[in-house]
Amino acid sequence: MFRIHCPHCSEARSEEEFSYAGEAHIPRPAAPSSMSDAEWGEYLHTRTNHRGQHREMWVHTAGCRRYFNVLRDTVSYEIVAVYLMGEMPPEREEAP
Amino acid sequence: MQKYSLLSLVRHARHYHENWQRAWRDPVPKKAYDTVIVGGGGHGLATAYYLAKEHGIGDVAVIEKGWLGGGNTGRNTTIVRSNYLRDESSHLYEFSLKLWEGLSQELNFNVMFSPRGVLYLGHNLHDMREIERRVNANRLNGIDAEMLSTREVQKLVPLMNCSPDARYPVLGASLQRRGGIARHDAVAWGFARAADAQGVDILQRTEVTGIRTVDGGVTGVETSRGFIGARRVGCVTAGNSGVLAAMAGLRLPVESRPLQALVSEPLKPCLDVVVQSSGVHCYVSQADKGDLVIGAGTDSYNGYGQRGSFSVIEHTLQAVCELFPAFSRVRMNRHWGGIVDICPDACPIIGEMPVRGLYFNCGWGTGGFKATPGSGYVFADTLANERPHPLAAPFSIDRFSTGALVDEHGAAGVAH
Repeated sequence: MFRIHCPHCSEARSEEEFSYAGEAHIPRPAAPSSMSDAEWGEYLHTRTNHRGQHREMWVHTAGCRRYFNVLRDTVSYEIVAVYLMGEMPPEREEAP
Repeated sequence: MQKYSLLSLVRHARHYHENWQRAWRDPVPKKAYDTVIVGGGGHGLATAYYLAKEHGIGDVAVIEKGWLGGGNTGRNTTIVRSNYLRDESSHLYEFSLKLWEGLSQELNFNVMFSPRGVLYLGHNLHDMREIERRVNANRLNGIDAEMLSTREVQKLVPLMNCSPDARYPVLGASLQRRGGIARHDAVAWGFARAADAQGVDILQRTEVTGIRTVDGGVTGVETSRGFIGARRVGCVTAGNSGVLAAMAGLRLPVESRPLQALVSEPLKPCLDVVVQSSGVHCYVSQADKGDLVIGAGTDSYNGYGQRGSFSVIEHTLQAVCELFPAFSRVRMNRHWGGIVDICPDACPIIGEMPVRGLYFNCGWGTGGFKATPGSGYVFADTLANERPHPLAAPFSIDRFSTGALVDEHGAAGVAH
């Protein structure tokens, strides 16, 4: 269990107020009609599933109901950074 | 391998049980093997065993970074059943259940498989329709399944609160009598001992740090004890499958999540079936030594930390106490988490990867324990013949681009 700082509410709240919304920065296909099945499969299903610092989206379901991005360590579960949708992700520190 | 029997027990008793043979060797790694299996859990060890036994390929190493069965094999709630909805998955799990039924004899090791019945509760009209549909689907696939009324459930489990005043009343259940529980460690140890006897090298405390490929084909693995060459590499590493895939430059349609479980202090026998409800999210059974084994849900976020959030445990225990008011004063002994690799369709991925000679058996998610012998059998067959076993064919990684997903999310009574 951890607390997440909601950048919209400017408050650190219990994880239970939030919902996980999956990996961040997966761009929607620019030209969907010309994509192959393999490319669609990749877009829909394949994920980075990074062990270490992972860029992901959360939504403050029981609060402001707005989305934001989080850089979180998937081993220690420590939240390294919180940033708004559309912002450039902070640099990821690679595990040694 | 010395056979375990009543006779050997008596013989060793005369020597104060001091001369029992080691269950498996601790060999020095060879330079190269025909086949290397990465991951010494139940699935990996079963793969090695069936490779040696069914296909005569004994030149196999199982590489495990920790100890045998220390991952999800030792962290699950040991439920074995085959009542899945879709044809593809029910055939695979039923094949596995049939292997479970003879496994102790096959391995000469008591895996304590106890087919005590698995109840799946329904709490509303929709649940009951889904359950009935699944029971019918199971029967069409030749799998035993039956519908129980509230009264029959109450008779089977006297401790359960089946009152119509309950917050989520029990309206009925499905029952698979051939389902049950097994001893998880014994499964890993039994397969390890039997595989070792066929010449398989089991290398514990050996971590795979890289997968070496030349011209799109695998040539071996880098480990903490040096390079080990192999013609074929089979990765059976559950939650860490994504990490292994990245070593070969691949990405998988899999996400790793924490799944938690807990056990209580030992009690006198009070529950002789497995009770499962995804409506209120409760998995509970009583192990042979008396403790209640309780399975919680997966956390919603990705994680490799082998622990999850307390709120998930709290939610499960609320459901357990609601169903079994008598358990409200039972103290819990231990609680832990395992890392499960979940596919978008809650079904496994079994087969060759885009790298030649590199095979993966992963994505079993929250329900891999029941599949242990079947998974090992079909994966060994796939490795040995370099083509998918017919039961494994629907579970190739291609399904994520063809769209032929085997959608078991919710359908299988898999409560996530």
